[in-house]
Amino acid sequence: MATVAAVIASTHHPFYYKASTSAGSDRPPFVDEWVAKIAAFRETLTAARPDVLVMVGSDHFHQLWLDNMPQFLIGKAPFYDGNWYNEEREFGLPRMFLRGDEDLSAYLLRQGMDAGFDLAFSNELRIDHSITCPLITLRPEADLPIVPVYTNIFAPPLPQPSRFAELGRTIRRLVESWPSDKRVAIIGTGHLSLELGGPRQFGPHGPDPEFDRKAVSWIASGDLGSALAEVSLDSLWLPGNATHGFMDFLLMMGVAGDGAKADYTDSLDLFHTMEAYFTWYPEGTQ
Amino acid sequence: MSKYLVDKFLYTIDRDPALVERYRADPSGTVAWWEAEQAAVILNCHGQERSTWHAFTDTERAALASHDYVTLFELGAHNFLLLTLFIALFERDYAEPLAFQREFAARLGHWSPPYPDIAT
Repeated sequence: MATVAAVIASTHHPFYYKASTSAGSDRPPFVDEWVAKIAAFRETLTAARPDVLVMVGSDHFHQLWLDNMPQFLIGKAPFYDGNWYNEEREFGLPRMFLRGDEDLSAYLLRQGMDAGFDLAFSNELRIDHSITCPLITLRPEADLPIVPVYTNIFAPPLPQPSRFAELGRTIRRLVESWPSDKRVAIIGTGHLSLELGGPRQFGPHGPDPEFDRKAVSWIASGDLGSALAEVSLDSLWLPGNATHGFMDFLLMMGVAGDGAKADYTDSLDLFHTMEAYFTWYPEGTQ
Repeated sequence: MSKYLVDKFLYTIDRDPALVERYRADPSGTVAWWEAEQAAVILNCHGQERSTWHAFTDTERAALASHDYVTLFELGAHNFLLLTLFIALFERDYAEPLAFQREFAARLGHWSPPYPDIAT
Protein backbone atom coordinates (compact mmCIF):
# COMPACT_ATOMS: atom_id res chain seq x y z
CA MET A 1 0.00 0.00 0.00
CA ALA A 2 1.04 3.61 -0.54
CA THR A 3 2.76 5.55 2.21
CA VAL A 4 1.68 9.00 3.35
CA ALA A 5 5.14 10.53 3.43
CA ALA A 6 4.08 13.98 4.63
CA VAL A 7 1.01 16.05 5.32
CA ILE A 8 1.54 19.74 4.69
CA ALA A 9 -0.81 22.66 5.26
CA SER A 10 -0.08 26.28 4.52
CA THR A 11 -1.44 29.58 3.43
CA HIS A 12 -1.02 30.40 -0.27
CA HIS A 13 0.21 33.91 -0.79
CA PRO A 14 0.05 34.80 -4.47
CA PHE A 15 2.61 37.60 -4.07
CA TYR A 16 5.39 35.28 -2.86
CA TYR A 17 6.65 34.54 -6.36
CA LYS A 18 6.89 38.19 -7.33
CA ALA A 19 8.35 39.21 -3.97
CA SER A 20 10.93 36.44 -3.87
CA THR A 21 12.16 37.14 -7.40
CA SER A 22 12.33 40.91 -6.94
CA ALA A 23 15.65 42.69 -6.64
CA GLY A 24 17.14 46.04 -5.75
CA SER A 25 14.76 48.82 -4.85
CA ASP A 26 11.80 46.67 -5.90
CA ARG A 27 12.56 44.14 -3.17
CA PRO A 28 10.43 44.80 -0.07
CA PRO A 29 12.28 44.73 3.25
CA PHE A 30 10.41 41.73 4.64
CA VAL A 31 11.25 39.45 1.72
CA ASP A 32 14.55 37.98 2.91
CA GLU A 33 12.94 36.66 6.10
CA TRP A 34 10.01 35.31 4.06
CA VAL A 35 12.32 33.52 1.61
CA ALA A 36 14.31 32.00 4.48
CA LYS A 37 11.14 30.68 6.09
CA ILE A 38 9.96 29.21 2.79
CA ALA A 39 13.34 27.54 2.23
CA ALA A 40 13.07 25.85 5.64
CA PHE A 41 9.47 24.85 4.94
CA ARG A 42 10.44 23.44 1.54
CA GLU A 43 13.02 21.22 3.21
CA THR A 44 10.21 19.54 5.19
CA LEU A 45 8.75 18.23 1.93
CA THR A 46 12.09 17.39 0.34
CA ALA A 47 13.04 15.32 3.39
CA ALA A 48 9.90 13.21 2.97
CA ARG A 49 11.06 12.00 -0.48
CA PRO A 50 7.61 12.07 -2.10
CA ASP A 51 6.77 10.44 -5.44
CA VAL A 52 3.30 11.94 -5.86
CA LEU A 53 1.60 15.08 -4.53
CA VAL A 54 -2.10 15.31 -3.69
CA MET A 55 -2.78 19.04 -3.88
CA VAL A 56 -5.82 20.48 -2.08
CA GLY A 57 -6.90 23.98 -3.06
CA SER A 58 -9.81 26.04 -4.31
CA ASP A 59 -10.49 27.47 -7.74
CA HIS A 60 -10.88 31.25 -7.58
CA PHE A 61 -13.59 31.59 -10.28
CA HIS A 62 -11.22 30.53 -13.02
CA GLN A 63 -12.57 27.32 -14.47
CA LEU A 64 -15.41 26.69 -12.02
CA TRP A 65 -18.30 29.09 -12.28
CA LEU A 66 -21.70 29.70 -10.75
CA ASP A 67 -23.59 27.99 -13.58
CA ASN A 68 -22.13 24.64 -12.56
CA MET A 69 -20.39 24.75 -9.20
CA PRO A 70 -19.05 21.57 -7.61
CA GLN A 71 -18.46 21.43 -3.84
CA PHE A 72 -15.59 18.93 -3.96
CA LEU A 73 -13.84 18.03 -7.22
CA ILE A 74 -10.88 15.83 -8.09
CA GLY A 75 -8.88 16.30 -11.26
CA LYS A 76 -8.24 13.18 -13.33
CA ALA A 77 -6.03 14.09 -16.24
CA PRO A 78 -2.58 13.14 -17.52
CA PHE A 79 -1.44 16.76 -17.42
CA TYR A 80 -2.45 20.07 -15.87
CA ASP A 81 -1.69 23.54 -17.10
CA GLY A 82 -1.33 26.07 -14.34
CA ASN A 83 -2.17 29.72 -13.72
CA TRP A 84 -4.44 32.13 -15.56
CA TYR A 85 -4.21 35.45 -17.32
CA ASN A 86 -5.56 37.43 -14.38
CA GLU A 87 -3.00 35.78 -12.07
CA GLU A 88 -0.20 36.79 -14.45
CA ARG A 89 -1.70 40.27 -14.52
CA GLU A 90 -2.14 40.78 -10.80
CA PHE A 91 0.55 38.58 -9.24
CA GLY A 92 3.10 38.06 -12.00
CA LEU A 93 2.68 34.28 -11.70
CA PRO A 94 4.34 32.18 -14.42
CA ARG A 95 2.55 29.66 -16.61
CA MET A 96 3.20 26.14 -15.29
CA PHE A 97 2.79 22.58 -16.53
CA LEU A 98 2.36 19.54 -14.31
CA ARG A 99 1.99 15.84 -14.85
CA GLY A 100 -1.00 14.07 -13.31
CA ASP A 101 -1.26 10.69 -11.62
CA GLU A 102 -4.46 9.36 -13.17
CA ASP A 103 -4.29 6.07 -11.30
CA LEU A 104 -4.44 7.79 -7.92
CA SER A 105 -7.09 10.22 -9.20
CA ALA A 106 -9.27 7.31 -10.32
CA TYR A 107 -8.76 5.52 -7.02
CA LEU A 108 -9.69 8.56 -4.93
CA LEU A 109 -12.78 9.21 -7.07
CA ARG A 110 -14.13 5.67 -6.98
CA GLN A 111 -13.29 4.96 -3.36
CA GLY A 112 -14.27 8.45 -2.25
CA MET A 113 -17.73 8.06 -3.74
CA ASP A 114 -18.08 4.65 -2.13
CA ALA A 115 -17.04 6.23 1.18
CA GLY A 116 -19.85 8.80 1.09
CA PHE A 117 -18.49 11.76 -0.89
CA ASP A 118 -20.20 12.27 -4.25
CA LEU A 119 -17.15 13.85 -5.81
CA ALA A 120 -17.19 15.82 -9.05
CA PHE A 121 -14.35 15.22 -11.47
CA SER A 122 -12.57 17.05 -14.26
CA ASN A 123 -10.63 15.55 -17.15
CA GLU A 124 -9.30 18.95 -18.23
CA LEU A 125 -8.44 21.20 -15.36
CA ARG A 126 -6.32 24.31 -15.48
CA ILE A 127 -5.13 24.75 -11.90
CA ASP A 128 -4.85 28.15 -10.27
CA HIS A 129 -2.70 29.79 -7.61
CA SER A 130 -4.21 27.83 -4.72
CA ILE A 131 -2.27 24.85 -6.10
CA THR A 132 0.56 26.53 -8.02
CA CYS A 133 1.63 28.72 -5.08
CA PRO A 134 2.44 25.76 -2.82
CA LEU A 135 4.25 24.15 -5.75
CA ILE A 136 6.31 27.31 -6.14
CA THR A 137 7.12 27.39 -2.44
CA LEU A 138 7.50 23.66 -1.74
CA ARG A 139 8.52 22.05 -5.04
CA PRO A 140 9.56 24.74 -7.51
CA GLU A 141 10.98 22.09 -9.86
CA ALA A 142 7.33 21.06 -10.41
CA ASP A 143 8.68 17.63 -11.32
CA LEU A 144 6.25 15.35 -9.47
CA PRO A 145 2.85 14.15 -10.68
CA ILE A 146 -0.10 15.66 -8.88
CA VAL A 147 -3.71 14.93 -8.06
CA PRO A 148 -5.62 18.21 -7.66
CA VAL A 149 -8.49 18.32 -5.17
CA TYR A 150 -10.65 21.42 -5.32
CA THR A 151 -13.02 22.55 -2.58
CA ASN A 152 -15.64 25.27 -2.68
CA ILE A 153 -14.73 27.85 -0.03
CA PHE A 154 -15.83 30.67 -2.25
CA ALA A 155 -19.34 30.53 -3.64
CA PRO A 156 -22.14 30.04 -1.09
CA PRO A 157 -23.85 27.75 -0.28
CA LEU A 158 -20.74 25.98 1.01
CA PRO A 159 -20.37 22.58 2.65
CA GLN A 160 -20.21 22.58 6.45
CA PRO A 161 -16.78 22.81 8.15
CA SER A 162 -17.22 19.29 9.49
CA ARG A 163 -17.46 17.97 5.93
CA PHE A 164 -14.07 19.45 5.09
CA ALA A 165 -12.55 17.68 8.10
CA GLU A 166 -14.29 14.44 7.17
CA LEU A 167 -13.11 14.65 3.56
CA GLY A 168 -9.58 15.08 4.91
CA ARG A 169 -9.90 11.98 7.08
CA THR A 170 -11.26 10.09 4.07
CA ILE A 171 -8.43 11.19 1.76
CA ARG A 172 -5.89 10.05 4.33
CA ARG A 173 -7.54 6.66 4.68
CA LEU A 174 -7.85 6.23 0.92
CA VAL A 175 -4.26 7.15 0.14
CA GLU A 176 -3.12 4.66 2.76
CA SER A 177 -5.20 1.95 1.10
CA TRP A 178 -4.06 2.78 -2.47
CA PRO A 179 -2.42 -0.32 -3.92
CA SER A 180 0.90 1.27 -4.82
CA ASP A 181 4.38 1.41 -3.37
CA LYS A 182 4.59 5.17 -3.90
CA ARG A 183 5.24 7.79 -1.26
CA VAL A 184 2.46 10.35 -1.32
CA ALA A 185 2.62 13.83 0.17
CA ILE A 186 -0.78 15.41 0.82
CA ILE A 187 -0.52 19.19 0.61
CA GLY A 188 -3.32 21.69 1.11
CA THR A 189 -3.55 25.44 1.29
CA GLY A 190 -6.11 27.76 2.79
CA HIS A 191 -6.35 31.00 4.65
CA LEU A 192 -6.27 32.31 8.17
CA SER A 193 -8.30 35.51 8.68
CA LEU A 194 -8.48 37.26 5.35
CA GLU A 195 -10.44 40.13 3.84
CA LEU A 196 -10.65 40.65 0.07
CA GLY A 197 -12.95 43.20 -1.50
CA GLY A 198 -14.05 44.67 1.83
CA PRO A 199 -13.29 47.48 4.29
CA ARG A 200 -10.66 45.54 6.27
CA GLN A 201 -8.51 44.51 3.30
CA PHE A 202 -4.79 45.23 3.01
CA GLY A 203 -4.29 46.46 6.55
CA PRO A 204 -0.97 46.28 8.41
CA HIS A 205 -1.70 42.68 9.42
CA GLY A 206 -4.51 40.13 9.01
CA PRO A 207 -8.00 41.45 9.78
CA ASP A 208 -8.34 39.35 12.96
CA PRO A 209 -5.04 38.56 14.73
CA GLU A 210 -6.91 36.90 17.60
CA PHE A 211 -8.53 34.43 15.19
CA ASP A 212 -5.12 33.82 13.59
CA ARG A 213 -3.54 33.09 16.97
CA LYS A 214 -6.26 30.58 17.82
CA ALA A 215 -6.21 29.03 14.35
CA VAL A 216 -2.45 28.47 14.41
CA SER A 217 -2.79 26.87 17.85
CA TRP A 218 -5.59 24.55 16.68
CA ILE A 219 -3.65 23.46 13.61
CA ALA A 220 -0.30 23.01 15.37
CA SER A 221 -1.88 20.91 18.11
CA GLY A 222 -4.26 19.02 15.83
CA ASP A 223 -7.17 20.25 17.93
CA LEU A 224 -9.88 19.61 15.38
CA GLY A 225 -12.49 19.30 18.13
CA SER A 226 -12.00 22.86 19.38
CA ALA A 227 -11.74 24.25 15.86
CA LEU A 228 -14.99 22.60 14.76
CA ALA A 229 -16.72 23.62 17.99
CA GLU A 230 -15.80 27.25 17.49
CA VAL A 231 -16.24 27.89 13.76
CA SER A 232 -19.36 27.73 11.63
CA LEU A 233 -20.29 28.88 8.15
CA ASP A 234 -21.78 32.01 9.76
CA SER A 235 -18.95 32.72 12.19
CA LEU A 236 -16.25 32.52 9.51
CA TRP A 237 -17.53 35.77 7.97
CA LEU A 238 -16.50 37.66 11.10
CA PRO A 239 -12.67 37.37 11.02
CA GLY A 240 -12.71 38.54 7.39
CA ASN A 241 -14.89 38.03 4.34
CA ALA A 242 -12.50 35.51 2.75
CA THR A 243 -11.88 33.47 5.90
CA HIS A 244 -13.88 30.45 4.71
CA GLY A 245 -10.57 29.40 3.20
CA PHE A 246 -9.78 28.26 6.74
CA MET A 247 -11.93 25.23 5.95
CA ASP A 248 -9.12 23.90 3.76
CA PHE A 249 -6.97 23.94 6.91
CA LEU A 250 -9.73 21.95 8.64
CA LEU A 251 -9.55 19.48 5.75
CA MET A 252 -5.79 19.17 6.21
CA MET A 253 -6.23 18.68 9.96
CA GLY A 254 -8.50 15.80 9.04
CA VAL A 255 -5.74 14.41 6.82
CA ALA A 256 -3.18 14.80 9.61
CA GLY A 257 -5.52 13.09 12.08
CA ASP A 258 -7.49 14.23 15.10
CA GLY A 259 -5.06 15.21 17.84
CA ALA A 260 -1.99 14.95 15.60
CA LYS A 261 0.54 17.59 16.61
CA ALA A 262 2.41 19.15 13.71
CA ASP A 263 6.06 18.16 13.51
CA TYR A 264 6.92 21.54 12.02
CA THR A 265 5.16 24.86 12.61
CA ASP A 266 6.13 28.33 11.47
CA SER A 267 4.33 31.58 10.77
CA LEU A 268 5.04 35.07 9.50
CA ASP A 269 3.00 38.18 10.11
CA LEU A 270 2.77 39.97 6.77
CA PHE A 271 0.84 43.00 5.69
CA HIS A 272 -2.84 42.08 5.28
CA THR A 273 -2.52 38.41 6.23
CA MET A 274 -0.63 35.96 8.40
CA GLU A 275 1.35 33.25 6.68
CA ALA A 276 1.44 29.86 8.42
CA TYR A 277 3.26 26.63 7.60
CA PHE A 278 2.70 23.15 9.06
CA THR A 279 4.13 19.71 8.33
CA TRP A 280 3.25 16.33 9.81
CA TYR A 281 5.23 13.14 9.29
CA PRO A 282 2.91 10.16 9.78
CA GLU A 283 5.91 7.79 9.73
CA GLY A 284 7.65 9.72 12.49
CA THR A 285 9.96 12.72 12.29
CA GLN A 286 12.21 12.65 9.23
CA MET B 1 -32.26 41.81 -8.28
CA SER B 2 -29.86 40.02 -10.63
CA LYS B 3 -26.87 39.36 -8.42
CA TYR B 4 -25.81 36.40 -10.51
CA LEU B 5 -25.80 38.53 -13.67
CA VAL B 6 -23.67 41.21 -12.01
CA ASP B 7 -21.18 38.52 -11.01
CA LYS B 8 -21.31 37.09 -14.53
CA PHE B 9 -20.44 40.51 -15.93
CA LEU B 10 -17.50 40.93 -13.54
CA TYR B 11 -16.32 37.38 -14.26
CA THR B 12 -16.46 37.56 -18.04
CA ILE B 13 -14.83 40.99 -18.20
CA ASP B 14 -12.07 40.09 -15.74
CA ARG B 15 -10.92 37.02 -17.67
CA ASP B 16 -10.52 38.82 -21.00
CA PRO B 17 -7.69 41.38 -21.37
CA ALA B 18 -9.42 43.21 -24.23
CA LEU B 19 -12.66 43.52 -22.28
CA VAL B 20 -10.83 44.83 -19.21
CA GLU B 21 -9.48 47.68 -21.34
CA ARG B 22 -12.80 48.24 -23.04
CA TYR B 23 -14.63 48.44 -19.71
CA ARG B 24 -12.01 50.85 -18.33
CA ALA B 25 -12.25 53.15 -21.35
CA ASP B 26 -16.00 53.00 -21.95
CA PRO B 27 -17.90 51.64 -18.95
CA SER B 28 -21.45 52.58 -20.00
CA GLY B 29 -20.95 51.46 -23.60
CA THR B 30 -19.41 48.17 -22.47
CA VAL B 31 -22.25 47.48 -20.05
CA ALA B 32 -24.87 48.24 -22.71
CA TRP B 33 -23.12 46.00 -25.27
CA TRP B 34 -22.60 43.22 -22.74
CA GLU B 35 -26.21 43.23 -21.55
CA ALA B 36 -27.48 43.17 -25.13
CA GLU B 37 -25.02 40.67 -26.61
CA GLN B 38 -23.34 38.68 -23.88
CA ALA B 39 -25.60 38.42 -20.82
CA ALA B 40 -27.61 35.57 -22.34
CA VAL B 41 -24.59 33.48 -23.36
CA ILE B 42 -24.44 30.24 -21.40
CA LEU B 43 -20.75 29.79 -20.82
CA ASN B 44 -19.41 26.55 -22.30
CA CYS B 45 -22.51 26.10 -24.48
CA HIS B 46 -23.01 26.48 -28.22
CA GLY B 47 -23.70 30.11 -29.08
CA GLN B 48 -27.21 29.46 -30.34
CA GLU B 49 -28.30 28.01 -27.00
CA ARG B 50 -28.87 31.16 -25.00
CA SER B 51 -30.73 32.07 -21.87
CA THR B 52 -33.84 34.17 -22.40
CA TRP B 53 -34.45 35.86 -19.08
CA HIS B 54 -31.46 37.98 -18.06
CA ALA B 55 -31.56 41.72 -17.39
CA PHE B 56 -29.87 44.07 -14.94
CA THR B 57 -31.97 46.19 -12.63
CA ASP B 58 -31.62 49.93 -13.20
CA THR B 59 -29.51 50.20 -10.03
CA GLU B 60 -27.16 47.41 -11.10
CA ARG B 61 -26.79 48.80 -14.61
CA ALA B 62 -26.04 52.28 -13.31
CA ALA B 63 -23.50 51.00 -10.78
CA LEU B 64 -21.65 48.96 -13.41
CA ALA B 65 -21.79 51.81 -15.92
CA SER B 66 -20.19 54.21 -13.43
CA HIS B 67 -17.52 51.85 -12.02
CA ASP B 68 -19.29 52.27 -8.66
CA TYR B 69 -17.76 49.44 -6.66
CA VAL B 70 -19.22 50.69 -3.38
CA THR B 71 -22.77 50.23 -4.67
CA LEU B 72 -21.83 46.90 -6.26
CA PHE B 73 -20.49 45.71 -2.88
CA GLU B 74 -23.73 46.87 -1.26
CA LEU B 75 -25.77 44.96 -3.85
CA GLY B 76 -23.94 41.76 -2.88
CA ALA B 77 -21.57 41.41 -5.82
CA HIS B 78 -18.95 38.78 -5.05
CA ASN B 79 -16.14 40.46 -3.14
CA PHE B 80 -13.35 38.55 -4.88
CA LEU B 81 -14.60 39.26 -8.40
CA LEU B 82 -15.13 42.88 -7.52
CA LEU B 83 -11.67 43.39 -6.07
CA THR B 84 -9.81 41.49 -8.78
CA LEU B 85 -11.44 43.33 -11.66
CA PHE B 86 -11.21 46.76 -10.08
CA ILE B 87 -7.52 46.28 -9.29
CA ALA B 88 -7.04 45.53 -13.00
CA LEU B 89 -8.98 48.65 -13.92
CA PHE B 90 -7.47 51.21 -11.57
CA GLU B 91 -4.35 50.08 -9.71
CA ARG B 92 -2.25 51.49 -12.56
CA ASP B 93 -3.46 55.03 -11.78
CA TYR B 94 -1.88 55.06 -8.31
CA ALA B 95 1.80 55.68 -7.68
CA GLU B 96 2.13 53.83 -4.38
CA PRO B 97 1.78 50.03 -4.15
CA LEU B 98 -1.61 48.99 -2.70
CA ALA B 99 -2.85 52.60 -2.71
CA PHE B 100 -5.90 51.69 -4.79
CA GLN B 101 -6.65 48.67 -2.62
CA ARG B 102 -6.51 50.84 0.51
CA GLU B 103 -8.75 53.48 -1.03
CA PHE B 104 -11.20 50.72 -1.96
CA ALA B 105 -11.19 49.63 1.70
CA ALA B 106 -11.60 53.17 2.98
CA ARG B 107 -14.58 53.84 0.74
CA LEU B 108 -16.26 50.82 2.31
CA GLY B 109 -15.22 51.93 5.79
CA HIS B 110 -18.80 52.53 6.91
CA TRP B 111 -19.40 48.77 6.74
CA SER B 112 -18.83 46.26 9.52
CA PRO B 113 -19.96 42.62 9.53
CA PRO B 114 -22.39 41.34 8.50
CA TYR B 115 -21.69 42.56 4.98
CA PRO B 116 -24.26 42.30 2.19
CA ASP B 117 -25.00 38.70 1.29
CA ILE B 118 -22.97 37.42 -1.68
CA ALA B 119 -24.91 34.17 -2.04
CA THR B 120 -26.39 33.73 -5.50
